[in-house]
Amino acid sequence: MAPHTEQLTRPAVQLRGLTRSFEGRTVLDGIDLDLPAGQLTALLGHSGSGKSTLLRAIAGLDHGVAGSGQLTAPERVSVVFQDSRLLPWRRVLDNVLLGAEGKDAGRRGRAALEEVGLKGRERAWPGELSGGEAQRAALARSLVHEPELLLADEPFGALDALTRIRMHGLLRELWERHRPSVLLVTHDVDEAIVLADRVLVLEKGRIGLDLTIDRAHPRSYRDPLLGEYRERLLAALGVTEDHR
Amino acid sequence: MTTTTHTSTNTTSTNTNTSAPLAPLAEEETRQVRRRRRLAPGKRLPATRLVGPAAVLALWSAASAAGLLDPGAIPAPWTVLETGSRLWTAGTLPDDILTSLQRAATGFSIGLVVGILLALASGLTRTGEALIDGTVNLNRAIPTLGLIPLFILWLGIGETFKIAIIAIVVYIPIYLNTHAALSGIDSRFVELAEVQGLSKFRFIRQVVVPGALPGFFVGLRLGVTGSWLGLVVLEQINATSGLGYMMFQAQNYGQTDVILVGLVVYGIFGLISDSAVRIVERRVLSWRRTLSS
Repeated sequence: MAPHTEQLTRPAVQLRGLTRSFEGRTVLDGIDLDLPAGQLTALLGHSGSGKSTLLRAIAGLDHGVAGSGQLTAPERVSVVFQDSRLLPWRRVLDNVLLGAEGKDAGRRGRAALEEVGLKGRERAWPGELSGGEAQRAALARSLVHEPELLLADEPFGALDALTRIRMHGLLRELWERHRPSVLLVTHDVDEAIVLADRVLVLEKGRIGLDLTIDRAHPRSYRDPLLGEYRERLLAALGVTEDHR
Repeated sequence: MTTTTHTSTNTTSTNTNTSAPLAPLAEEETRQVRRRRRLAPGKRLPATRLVGPAAVLALWSAASAAGLLDPGAIPAPWTVLETGSRLWTAGTLPDDILTSLQRAATGFSIGLVVGILLALASGLTRTGEALIDGTVNLNRAIPTLGLIPLFILWLGIGETFKIAIIAIVVYIPIYLNTHAALSGIDSRFVELAEVQGLSKFRFIRQVVVPGALPGFFVGLRLGVTGSWLGLVVLEQINATSGLGYMMFQAQNYGQTDVILVGLVVYGIFGLISDSAVRIVERRVLSWRRTLSS
């Protein structure tokens, strides 16, 4: 897949000196970051490193959190959470259409469900879906808004390993078709390497490593050339040989 | 483990025992998987709820027929039935039932509307919560039936005070449960609504209210029961008509059978109204069945 160079010129997200702190503890410490439009970026970090804080700041969800700095993000932003967050009292299609406006919303919702492989489950209740299906529905819900920026907060963290691999393929496929900017927060190094074109490591409230992964897609988990990236990322995360 | 009387130690296929030729073989060679002892109660049989009451009725009938019960204290079931039909055709039973139903229904409707409105105002706005929640909890701390003397002085001994008391008995559980459900809305869903860009109105209509419905139904069922409870007490103390009045009069004349007729009618109404709420609840909350079944 050739990079869309004309799209890469204008950053979708721009952070300048972004600082956030909870009760005096600095979680984000003056982050400068540009996310080019249409790029799939993964954000790695230990738990508690501030990954989610950064994502929530970009999503505009950090009400009442102390902080400073400049932040620009596109108009249409969608978020996929670790839990599918489907409203149990709305059928799958109605969940996908939550907040969708316009006459053709229903058609767009059905199309999104078909794209994620849930055609025929429109009338199902969320309680009837498996974990993977629920997360697919959540992806469809985020697609309906035709987001310029898709923020995903460990979206596959609660899935089993087999489902997760299938979801990786789906996310990449959706990204190639719609080309939103994606910020994928994860703690899974392999997930980041296989999916993203650029991997950031958040360390002590700053971007500790900014790595471009220049390998063609689809990538295999067994690709030995990816091993080098894995080593560098693990080192940046402070996991050395004798820790394993 | 096996309690067969056969003492044969030969468990191979040459065993001539034809009554159970497979079991010993399987145990010897592959050891068949035995189903675990089932710990959950089995499938529910139809109409099993009626078995208990039917047994009580049968016991009551048998004891009456055998002359073990003093008919003055506990008349036989057929006497109660006879009295019931006599009161229905020749007496004031239909009128009494109608009066009681009207009181319960009016008081319940007012309590329902007031409970819902207060819960919405208090659950959705901070001002409402400051004004309403403490006040209702204060009201709750006062036994409602203790308000009867005051209400008689204020509203007279007519219908108004009875309906007012029933409304208070009903609105409190509806308010408390609905308010708790409204203010206990999952913060993850609030976040989702923000991400999806819902307006305040849509957020309330599509997320908050449907999420609070299960709590509302808990309050509704308590309210329905409460309306009958309040009715019984009110009609026995201060009434000139209604089921409770009929029973009160019967007490003065020692008519146990009439009292029992009144109790049976109360019981039937209680059961019917509770079942009605359950049916509505099951339809409205049909999404929950997928989880419980």
